[in-house]
Amino acid sequence: MFKNFMSWIEYRMPFMEKMNLHVMQYPAPKNFNFWYFFGSLAMLVLVNQILTGIWLTMNFVPSAEGAFASVEYIMRDVEYGWLLRYMHSTGASAFFVVVYLHMLRGMMYGSYQKPRELLWIFGMLIFLVLMAEAFMGYLLPWGQMSFWGAQVIISIFGVIPVIGDDLTLWIRGDYVISGATLNRFFALHVIALPLVLVVLVFLHIIALHEVGSNNPDGIDVKRENNGEKIENNVSDKFTFHQYFTKGGKKIIVDAIPFHPYYTVKDIVGVVGFLFIFCFVIFFAPEGGGYFLEPPNFEPANPMKTPDHIAPVWYFTPFYAILRAVPDQLFGAIFMFLAILFLALLPWLDRCPVRSVRYRSTLHKANLVNFCISFVALGVLGVLPATPFYTLLAQIFSFTYFAYFGLLWFYSKNEKTKPLPVRLS
Amino acid sequence: MSNAPVDHGRRRFLTIATSVVGGVGAIGAAVPFIASWNPSEKAKQAGAAVTADISKLEDGQLIRVEWRGKPVWIVKRTPAMLETLTNFDDKLRDPASEDPQQPDYAKNTHRSKKPEIFVAVGICTHLGCSPTYIMKDFEAQVEGMPSGFFCPCHGSTYDMAGRVFSGVPAPKNLMIPPYMFVDDTTILIGEDEGTA
Amino acid sequence: MIKTLFTVLALVVSSAAIAAGSTVPLDKAPIDLTDKESLQRGARIFQNYCLGCHQMEYQRYSRTFRDLGIPDDIGMETLGFTANKVGDHIKNAAPKADLANWFGAAPPDLSNVARVRGPDWLYTYMRSFYVDPSRPFGVNNEVFPMVGMPHVLQELQGIPYKATETRLVDGVPTEVNVGIKTDGSGELSTEEYDSTVADLVNYLEYVGEPSKLESRSLGVKVLIFLGIFFIFAFLLKKEYWRDVH
Repeated sequence: MFKNFMSWIEYRMPFMEKMNLHVMQYPAPKNFNFWYFFGSLAMLVLVNQILTGIWLTMNFVPSAEGAFASVEYIMRDVEYGWLLRYMHSTGASAFFVVVYLHMLRGMMYGSYQKPRELLWIFGMLIFLVLMAEAFMGYLLPWGQMSFWGAQVIISIFGVIPVIGDDLTLWIRGDYVISGATLNRFFALHVIALPLVLVVLVFLHIIALHEVGSNNPDGIDVKRENNGEKIENNVSDKFTFHQYFTKGGKKIIVDAIPFHPYYTVKDIVGVVGFLFIFCFVIFFAPEGGGYFLEPPNFEPANPMKTPDHIAPVWYFTPFYAILRAVPDQLFGAIFMFLAILFLALLPWLDRCPVRSVRYRSTLHKANLVNFCISFVALGVLGVLPATPFYTLLAQIFSFTYFAYFGLLWFYSKNEKTKPLPVRLS
Repeated sequence: MSNAPVDHGRRRFLTIATSVVGGVGAIGAAVPFIASWNPSEKAKQAGAAVTADISKLEDGQLIRVEWRGKPVWIVKRTPAMLETLTNFDDKLRDPASEDPQQPDYAKNTHRSKKPEIFVAVGICTHLGCSPTYIMKDFEAQVEGMPSGFFCPCHGSTYDMAGRVFSGVPAPKNLMIPPYMFVDDTTILIGEDEGTA
Repeated sequence: MIKTLFTVLALVVSSAAIAAGSTVPLDKAPIDLTDKESLQRGARIFQNYCLGCHQMEYQRYSRTFRDLGIPDDIGMETLGFTANKVGDHIKNAAPKADLANWFGAAPPDLSNVARVRGPDWLYTYMRSFYVDPSRPFGVNNEVFPMVGMPHVLQELQGIPYKATETRLVDGVPTEVNVGIKTDGSGELSTEEYDSTVADLVNYLEYVGEPSKLESRSLGVKVLIFLGIFFIFAFLLKKEYWRDVH
């Protein structure tokens, strides 16, 4: 009975065929480590954001008069409203934690290199949409930080020559941030951007499965089949979809089916992540004032700026670059470049070796430099702009960009270690 | 790579056990989503019991009180009206109020605590319209019946105790809400001695 | 190179910690959300001394009564001065525009004040008023200089003044600030006053996040569950991966 039903479906829509292609018979390198959890975790957080987001819209009032009170209504009057809200607000920060680590993984193991350039570009687009999504979402509670944070960030568009002022006016739909701004941000936050996000995530995965997953060794698991027997190959035990073997022309080495091996492994990662995630939700939902900022518990007041305003932590590395440049216009340009250079990594890195494991000491040091610069800029972006901090921000902005310049320079003739033949 | 034979029993046990624990987790995670659809504190407070002052209620008069967004009628029935309640049993669908459309203390001929004071939710049990109170001239609807309630939507008729007549679309008698007399002239609607 | 970077980073992080602090050192507020009696005393102080000007427009009387273990009828009698119904929000009838005129700014809503300011700030603030004839209400505040609020708890604390002592600093006799003292005209001793303020701040902290205790107890259960789940998930993973290793 069930079998008949399944074949009825299969004839009209190849469900099992696609499941085999993407899950049961998808060859995943056997040596994924800790860093490979963050892709599936990003997916989990996305689902969390969509679900809790839908539930929050059920009680949220998108108007300047009603927004703040409706959030308090959710927090106090709706059964478990506080939990849904904290899941969403903590989820926003968790999203960026997971995505930043996911991106760092890609940088460590050269996952952006040929043939995964398009995959990386899709990833960068997801990152951009995510930033827009987070920014617009932060306006919705209509607290002091919502208001003034949006004020500052929208003003950045004002530095564009000629059209700047008209552009900021157009974005706000008013002379200040107002109910009009709130309503359009709400529409984009709950409908438009999530749709774009889901489509991009879909494309990201399709592109991934076309070229195959990279791995910590950065060598290919799909090789030409020249009839040679490969010793001790774990892949011999399994059946892979013929799409990946091209009907026997390719042989798969040291890879295992995604299901069950990586599904059971990802469950472990998911539970571990949830442990930390739930700890924050239940015991420290404000995240020490970084996930939910104290002034945001005061309703937006266009007449009074809070003493110290800083964007939410996940924007601060870029915000610090913006502030470090003395000229407004160039500050905005450099902030934009900081993201653009990341997107250009596949072409800036000219080394044929992918993984940091087999690359030069210089590259390792440079990657450490990048991480330190990024974190330091993140810390500086939270702090008030004193002359000393501004100087530090300038130094770290320089080292941040130096990563890309140096990489382009040394990667052409980099002295690399010999690559292994098999996955470790 | 181990070539030891797979322990299928252990594998199946762990798969089932993890699935069960995961399933429990999924159900637990669903709780806040489902529970958030319950009436919120605001809705509950808006739906809390309301008081009505009946000191100025005249004989035969009907007043409406809003309780949980619905009209609740309070009628002071005249002795003549009370008399009509005993003579038409054969024309009523449920003359003895067998359907649990009222608290136990209102399961009597006059369907109320005090015979003359009638309290009911003024919503037709057919499709939710609010019937009209016809104090006189109800005979046009039911022969020999001077007063009653007539639903303008589909013509259902009720007597002065909110009991539905046979042969009309409405299936049940009017709902009697829980209520109590705080004092002789004040009624609390939505709460009674049992729930307070 | 890397070492230097780490040193700089450490410097940045440590100075961040300093910058986060306030100019006046704050006293730690003895918060205990499980102490229902303290919360009840705090609620009474709020109703008697604060509600005249400040509201808690997002908190309902019924919620306060339920969470503090006060029966509705007793609560309405002893605390519900401004309520018609037990489900009403804790609001006052004061004319908002007049209040703004009298004090220079409208008194802020206190539903979330503990989340905006933090309990330590509130605890220190309520104990840092001092006599300053130059101010419209005759008092100033160390934590919130030029504050537009009168010292409403003065009848409890007595008249507070900035105490100074003459001490030798580098061999020169100098007036040194030694904190705030009162003239003893208040109804309460210093210790009693501190504990009264602590009760009030405890209540404000509770109102800021009424779901906090529920959140913590639910959180413990969730984490225990995840711990158990982890064991099963881990064993399952190990079992399957024997095929690979």
